[in-house]
Amino acid sequence: MTDLADLVTDTRVDLRIIASLIEPGSRVLDIGCGAGELLEVLERSRRVDARGIEISQKGVNAAVARGLAVIQGDADSDLSQYPDQSFDYVVLSETIQATHNARRVLEEMLRIGRKVIVSLPNFGHFDVRFRLMFLGRMPVSKRLPYSWYDTPNIHFCTISDFVALAHETGATVEQAITLNAAGRKLSLPLPEWLANLFGAQGVFLLSRQR
Amino acid sequence: MSDNIAEYETQDALRRNEADHPSSPVMRFMADQALPLDAGVALAPWQIAYQTYGELNADKSNAVLICHALTGDQHVASVNPVTGKPGWWSLMVGPGKPIDTDRFFVICSNVLGGCLGTTGPASTNPATGRPYGLDLPVLTVPDMVRAQKALVDALGITKLFSVVGGSMGGMQALQWAASYPDAMFSVIAIATSHRHSSQNIAFHEVGRQAVMADPDWCGGRYFDEGLNPKKGLAVARMAAHITYMSSESLHSKFGRNLQDREHLTFGFDADFQIESYLRHQGMSFVDRFDANSYLYVTRATDYFDLAADHGGVLANVFKGAKARFCLISFTSDWLYPTAEARAVVHALNAAGASVSFVEIDSDRGHDSFLLDIPEQFRIVRGFLSGAARARGIAGPANPETTK
Repeated sequence: MTDLADLVTDTRVDLRIIASLIEPGSRVLDIGCGAGELLEVLERSRRVDARGIEISQKGVNAAVARGLAVIQGDADSDLSQYPDQSFDYVVLSETIQATHNARRVLEEMLRIGRKVIVSLPNFGHFDVRFRLMFLGRMPVSKRLPYSWYDTPNIHFCTISDFVALAHETGATVEQAITLNAAGRKLSLPLPEWLANLFGAQGVFLLSRQR
Repeated sequence: MSDNIAEYETQDALRRNEADHPSSPVMRFMADQALPLDAGVALAPWQIAYQTYGELNADKSNAVLICHALTGDQHVASVNPVTGKPGWWSLMVGPGKPIDTDRFFVICSNVLGGCLGTTGPASTNPATGRPYGLDLPVLTVPDMVRAQKALVDALGITKLFSVVGGSMGGMQALQWAASYPDAMFSVIAIATSHRHSSQNIAFHEVGRQAVMADPDWCGGRYFDEGLNPKKGLAVARMAAHITYMSSESLHSKFGRNLQDREHLTFGFDADFQIESYLRHQGMSFVDRFDANSYLYVTRATDYFDLAADHGGVLANVFKGAKARFCLISFTSDWLYPTAEARAVVHALNAAGASVSFVEIDSDRGHDSFLLDIPEQFRIVRGFLSGAARARGIAGPANPETTK
């Protein structure tokens, strides 16, 4: 097995965090998998049976050309084809803000997978709050690179918003990890309101309440 | 090829000889190895002609079966003995190609009902000493696959590394997965469907009617009269050929351009380039293909409906499927549009199978799968490399550098 750290030095740090939450040898569905970066990390470092859905044809074709099991599809409409509890983990990394019906997508994920992992950019981060409050403009940064008029992101939320949604859907938050703007894990376990202020990104491990 | 032509005078005669005595290797099955057919009878004796490329490895794990399309043949990457043309998929199959014969042992056989050495209507009926003609039972895609399975078994291969096909070949690949889920590690089905649509059947019926309306068809016994229904078969091919191309590609290739003339002739000659092109396609087809064979293979695809034996539920077809699947469709393919491939993908997902699916941008219609579409080559190479890694088949020293 290739060491996880060797594989993800160049990839998004949240992918490393997500990969570390996944048990080796499990079955994983990555929704919005792009060109398959996470899937490749999982296959090589975790020996998982990894599958992906991606909306952009370019991403899908690149992923399949890398030998990954990826199909073209839409998180909003194509999850119903998967049977109940057919995966150990269903992952949605940096994609929930681009879905039309985020709640429905989360419910479907909880139906398909025994565990659900979601990572999201935190719209409650102090940098975002600062830009809105003092500049009066929608935030554009390295982490949120789009202008309001051309963004694929239609449902931004904060860490606290997401935790509230998770509870509404009856999910249990098993782990919540907060990353700072540099993508490093905030070392201390923070109360939610602080995490919501200092976290640039949140990674959640959820399970359905029994 | 010139030697062959001299020997038989015409391509037509050369082709008729290939039906019983192909220049390819042949596996013959006698009375005790009859082939059960969906029509409810058993075929015996029967034979299957095939070509192989590359070497079978020691543990027999690197065999790839390629299934050809409607009027294709076993010469996927070797010169066709009748036309003298290169193999129909030599862009895809060969040393260093996406289906790399330095790495894989590639098998391609002529389909049951074909006319290039596997038993079909042009083959001699041992009961009469004359060609079968319409005395051969109507065949199906599952029959074709059963015949291929018998060949693969006879070659001593218990598990294929991959079954690959486009169009009718893709139907066979899917049928393989349905009939023999343990007999392959992966499946690639390109530009294909899980069943023939009403429109697909309609076009085939036009073709068959054209053949049968030719007086030279003689109720299917043209060989007894020394005739060949060339006109009918050519019209069938012309109609079919239109369905293999897209409106855009026809328009960009031919537009309304006139053929070797300045003005319209106010007659029924081929004024337009597209007419001349289609006539050429029709006429060059009749020398290399048997008219009755055309009836049989089109009928087989019309009868194709994977879900029919599974209560109409496609997902049930793939229950217990263990192979990894790759489906490819093309944006401008209106014969087997992307929605058909997507239906298969959904069924495979519902069955919990591992599946990759890509739609490739191409304006060249259904025929795209046979053409130089680099994206398709990248996909097939990538998918097979990933599968080969998982299967433990040795690869080229540095796959990154092979194009």
